[in-house]
Amino acid sequence: MKRFAALFTQIDQTTKTLPKVAALKTYFEDVPEDDRLWCIALFSGRRPKRTLTTPYLRGWAAEKAGIPLWLFEEAYPVVGDLAETIALVLPPPTQESDHSLSHWIGVIKSLPSLEEAERKEVVLAAWDELDPTGRFLFNKLLTGGFRVGVSQKLMTRALAQATGQDEPVITHKLMGSWTPETATWQSLIDEDDPAADLSRPYPFYLAYQLDEEPEDLGVPADWQAEWKWDGIRGQLIVRGGEHHLWSRGEELMTDRFPELAQARDFLPEGTVIDGEVLAWADGAPLPFAQLQKRIGRKSVPKKLLAEAPVVLHSYDLLEFAGEDIRDRPMAERRARLEALITDLPEGCPVQLSPTVPFASWADLAQTREGSRDNHAEGLMLKRKDSPYLSGRKKGDWWKWKVDPLVIDAVMIYAQAGHGRRANLFTDFTFAVWKGNDLVPFTKAYSGLTDAEFKEITAWVKKNTLQRFGPVRQVTPHHVFEIAFEGIQASSRHKSGVALRFPRMSRWRKDKPLAEANTFDDLTEMLETYS
Amino acid sequence: MVLSFTERGIYCAAGDFYIDPWRPVDRALITHGHADHARWGMKSYLSTDAAAPVIRMRLGDINLETIAYGEVRRIGDADVSFFPAGHVPGSAQIRVEVGGEVWVASGDYKVVDDGLSEAFEPVKCHAFITECTFGLPVFNWTPEPEVRALLNAWWQSNAALGRPSIIGAYSLGKAQRILAALDPATGPILTHSAVENTNVVLREQGYALPDTIRVMPDLKAKDHPGALIVAPPSALGSTWSRRFTGASTAFASGWMAMRGVRRRRAVDRGFVMSDHADWAGLNTAIAETGAERIFVTHGYTSVFRQWLESQGYDAAIVETEYDGDDAEDAA
Repeated sequence: MKRFAALFTQIDQTTKTLPKVAALKTYFEDVPEDDRLWCIALFSGRRPKRTLTTPYLRGWAAEKAGIPLWLFEEAYPVVGDLAETIALVLPPPTQESDHSLSHWIGVIKSLPSLEEAERKEVVLAAWDELDPTGRFLFNKLLTGGFRVGVSQKLMTRALAQATGQDEPVITHKLMGSWTPETATWQSLIDEDDPAADLSRPYPFYLAYQLDEEPEDLGVPADWQAEWKWDGIRGQLIVRGGEHHLWSRGEELMTDRFPELAQARDFLPEGTVIDGEVLAWADGAPLPFAQLQKRIGRKSVPKKLLAEAPVVLHSYDLLEFAGEDIRDRPMAERRARLEALITDLPEGCPVQLSPTVPFASWADLAQTREGSRDNHAEGLMLKRKDSPYLSGRKKGDWWKWKVDPLVIDAVMIYAQAGHGRRANLFTDFTFAVWKGNDLVPFTKAYSGLTDAEFKEITAWVKKNTLQRFGPVRQVTPHHVFEIAFEGIQASSRHKSGVALRFPRMSRWRKDKPLAEANTFDDLTEMLETYS
Repeated sequence: MVLSFTERGIYCAAGDFYIDPWRPVDRALITHGHADHARWGMKSYLSTDAAAPVIRMRLGDINLETIAYGEVRRIGDADVSFFPAGHVPGSAQIRVEVGGEVWVASGDYKVVDDGLSEAFEPVKCHAFITECTFGLPVFNWTPEPEVRALLNAWWQSNAALGRPSIIGAYSLGKAQRILAALDPATGPILTHSAVENTNVVLREQGYALPDTIRVMPDLKAKDHPGALIVAPPSALGSTWSRRFTGASTAFASGWMAMRGVRRRRAVDRGFVMSDHADWAGLNTAIAETGAERIFVTHGYTSVFRQWLESQGYDAAIVETEYDGDDAEDAA
């Protein structure tokens, strides 16, 4: 664990990319195969299965630290990370050891086969022989989350450097459902054909937000425009008589959207489509909230299937007749996609996401203004001769979203953040006027600079009216402009509305309290935009 | 009540004086020179001999009397004495006795000996006013020799690569504690003026600090290869620090115990070094006073009070204005 802890420390101590990649590269060159595989797995979101529930861990840690459980529970939100909280409260270790990363993962995997008392013994023994960083990492592995400041992209780059392979090739090889238990270094990294695994998806191509004027992009004729849908990005694979649906986060969503099983009947063997999963009824997308009901469920009850049926709005074709066509121009891929989908019968859940014709940028800008009427967030612009790249790249694809909706609201509650923002007030509740009352309608956590969070934190400390546990009610004084992408009626929220992606877009220090927006303004927005 | 808690600060009616008041008053007893404890605008001040020079430097021409550690002075019907708090050089806890009842206002304190500040002395009392900046069991400081070793190793590895090392530290207290911890054989030690101004005062008082070079506007980084630079946190990432191209950056504070805070600081290294008591330190200090009544001020007050209650103390929260904007930097 010491070698892995050293890698973690090197990565964690810097914010710069180069030293992180260099540290990873050296690690890949230094350690045995099983540790290498686990390192790749961990930094690409493939963690070992959770084998203990956290209440056990919390209880054992509090006991070992000699503190009551309630005190542990109070400290946890301040630290913001369970693994770290445990590592911080434990007394210093009395033993020393240096087992490999794979050894400790083996220990974690062995836990389910043990009796509860033995599990406790194993975990306490581990805590007593690992140093603070080792403990933190062990706890991270135990609790199943492993997001530690290395993006998959950096890890992939380091792996490419260490193996002398191209980065996109490595990216592709690491996609899909492999685990260190099922894969070997040979099968995963050394072998040449990434498509040997039939379920393996291609890396997604992601667009940046267009900040400059579209005129800067050049001639309109070189570009294709589509609506930008507010759904879930998905990659549909039909190979070997099976179908697979992958999310952008490389999660297999096949079982959540059983409708798409029909794709096997309609699409030829060796087809891979990039598109947007949308809840869809009567020729139009349903609000995102409807789709959201489907996301969290592994199995879908009949009622929900009828209420919120999904379709895949297809916008790109990555594989055709078993051939990877990502380096063909967009226009050609689009033509093939259209040929494939246009003739599918009505009622087929695989549909074509239409292009939006335009003659000039001014023309398109006007069309974009109507995005919300078309249930879209804006437009996507794609260069007609562009290949399908992997990852977020500038130049060929842009999202051109409509400006967000905004409302001026009063901050009434504040709560400290956690993790990176543990000793700052960062989580706020906002209200609008209803007569002389302030009615809370949304929370927001982001949008301010670190300096602004620091300023508001000092203010909150001095202007607390009442405390409800971690939440502080503050003097109504500050007005913030809240930006959001959409608004829906909601019975789950007291105010009756739910906002999509709310954030603080401006601190309106210029605006007196009385001039914040009203509940009627909010209701009017609901009627106009939902 | 020997002491009471008012809008202006902690007040002693028997002696008609305030301790570390935050509004102008006639008579102020000051625990130490940090800006949230020693404020401008009091008609008269009383501090330890050791704290006085820095307070004068910071507040200018004020009416300041001094007192030695342990000396008893009668003010009205109160007997007042000052005892080392171990927080920064010159810092004190203030003991107030009225009619046989003893209260101690501890200001800010730490119980570990940093090798520079007068070491913390437990004072027996009936009621104890304590901070709890780090009043959660997740705050357990790295032992002083270990932090010193880490700090020097960081400097040595940078110096070996020819990189400057810049460390952000509050200009009174933390900066000098770092200076005292450094191995001067590694290379030259440079200081920002805000730090050096305090150094000058403390050296004159006889506190042992290594030789330092004040960074003047015309100073060239390349004339001081392998240097370590001590600067206030606000100078890190500013134009001032840009002359030290390629520098490795660090920050020293108790908050560096938390990974999230360390990452938000976006420095290369975070050293867990605090001028406040950690969890064990707070609990030991409180136990050693023998006090039954505990008043908790700035920090994790509600949790810490609940903990003290569960340990059998009669504990209450007191709202003060000691958690200023730079609390994080100073801690």
